[in-house]
Amino acid sequence: MTIQKSQWAMKSLLITVISVLPSMAFAEELSSGDTAWMLTATALVLFMTIPGLSLFYAGMVRSKNVLSVLMQCFAITSLMTVLWVLYLYSLAFTDGGAMNAFIGGLDKVFLTGVGVDSLSGTIPETVFMTFQMTFVIITPALIVGAFAERMKFSAMLIFMTLWATLVYAPVCHWVWGGGWLGDYGVLDFAGGTVVHINAGVAGLVAALMLGKRKGYPNVAMPPHNLTLTVVGASMLWVGWFGFNAGSELAADGVAGMAMAVTQIATATAALAWMFCEWASHGKPSVLGIASGAVGGLVAITPASGSVGPMGALAIGAAAGIGCFFAATKLKYVLDYDDSLDVFGVHAIGGIIGAILTGVFAATSLGGAGFGEGNSTMGSQVIAQLIGVASTIAFTMVMSFIILKVIDVIIGLRVNEEQEAKGLDIALHEERGYII
Amino acid sequence: MKMVTAIIKPFKLDDVREALSEIGVQGITVTEVKGFGRQKGHTELYRGAEYIVDFLPKVKVEAAVSEDVLEQVIEAISKSANTGKIGDGKIFVYGLEQTIRIRTGETGKNAL
Repeated sequence: MTIQKSQWAMKSLLITVISVLPSMAFAEELSSGDTAWMLTATALVLFMTIPGLSLFYAGMVRSKNVLSVLMQCFAITSLMTVLWVLYLYSLAFTDGGAMNAFIGGLDKVFLTGVGVDSLSGTIPETVFMTFQMTFVIITPALIVGAFAERMKFSAMLIFMTLWATLVYAPVCHWVWGGGWLGDYGVLDFAGGTVVHINAGVAGLVAALMLGKRKGYPNVAMPPHNLTLTVVGASMLWVGWFGFNAGSELAADGVAGMAMAVTQIATATAALAWMFCEWASHGKPSVLGIASGAVGGLVAITPASGSVGPMGALAIGAAAGIGCFFAATKLKYVLDYDDSLDVFGVHAIGGIIGAILTGVFAATSLGGAGFGEGNSTMGSQVIAQLIGVASTIAFTMVMSFIILKVIDVIIGLRVNEEQEAKGLDIALHEERGYII
Repeated sequence: MKMVTAIIKPFKLDDVREALSEIGVQGITVTEVKGFGRQKGHTELYRGAEYIVDFLPKVKVEAAVSEDVLEQVIEAISKSANTGKIGDGKIFVYGLEQTIRIRTGETGKNAL
């Protein structure tokens, strides 16, 4: 080689090596790409609650209760934020010593040790902490739908505080914080059990314990503003990219696939519900298609890190059909007033998704492979079932106890007069619409 | 003086308004109301819960008129609000005791 050519070769080699350096993993280092994405994902998931879920629910209640739903969601957002940083983050995500299989410890109460430079993987721990905070915000907010239009605001605040402490933090710790379900190789990427089955079952318990709204099911209580509901459902759909793709905690291929499968499952579920309704009742409805989409979002949540596009299609179809039957038929057969179908969509959708995750994680079906310790579909599905069953049992029992205690001490439900007047006036002395 | 009250289908309001203008009725009051007669309601469906909605939206048109134009007014409303289908509505005629124009204090026919 001439001297010029060899100099050129050296320069190219040097440039190549330098450009590859950042992606070579030495120790875990801050990745600005991952961090940028996670900052965004955090905002997206918060957006899912305020105002996504808030509007989704608000539109479905009667106009005299529209503000009460918005108030509950907004208050829960604020309350959970404070509780998370005071002690819930620590309980969920630190090592609990002897109790670690069940719950974390108190090492990070008041966010001790979480500083500007603290890292969690390749992102600042502050970002991880805030991202997870948005999950502890939305999970209790989901339950609102089950007891809408009849719960006391004060009782709700106390319930949510105790529930987040005694139910959410433990279950979160079991799956993501180093607890026992992680040891079984349960695949729950973004919170099928931690968020949806958890909230859905708690919702059912709350609906049963509070009792039916006065006049239900004979008095017509149609949604007062479905435009709000569709707007809310749309915000949930978009925000869910943060929920699922953000659960990778990195900006990489897994996050990309999570986003793709989220979109696929949601769209399929929306169509599935729509067609089921069309066939069953004669007309497709906007509430149906929006509900189907939410069902699909729920079902793909645990699966989003493990399944491929065709798996997502199957999960979406199953969720659309399953949630359709749960919300429109099962509820009436079993005769409970789950006002906004929290159980029908979130619990049933979550269960369908959690179990099918075990199936479609198989590489032969386009998935990313099974969880730790599971080499067959059978053993993975069993792990999923263990996760589902233990969450259901724990939530059911604990939610019942918490609600019972509150009911005995201050009462859960508003009185008949307040319920008839509407919670907006009765509890908040405000009107949603002054037209 | 008579008060003519007509319950009509909402989409017929413009036709009725024009017809009344043409015969010289200067002012009317319009209210949105709900009601039913022989027209059946419809069903609405929300997540498997079917509701039968009996009350149908209607519009109430009120006009204070003098007796000498009463027949024309009734005819104008009847023709313009008619679709030939059940639910077209009804016209009621009440005796009107007194009318006062607030701005000027005029009474009786001068206030119509």
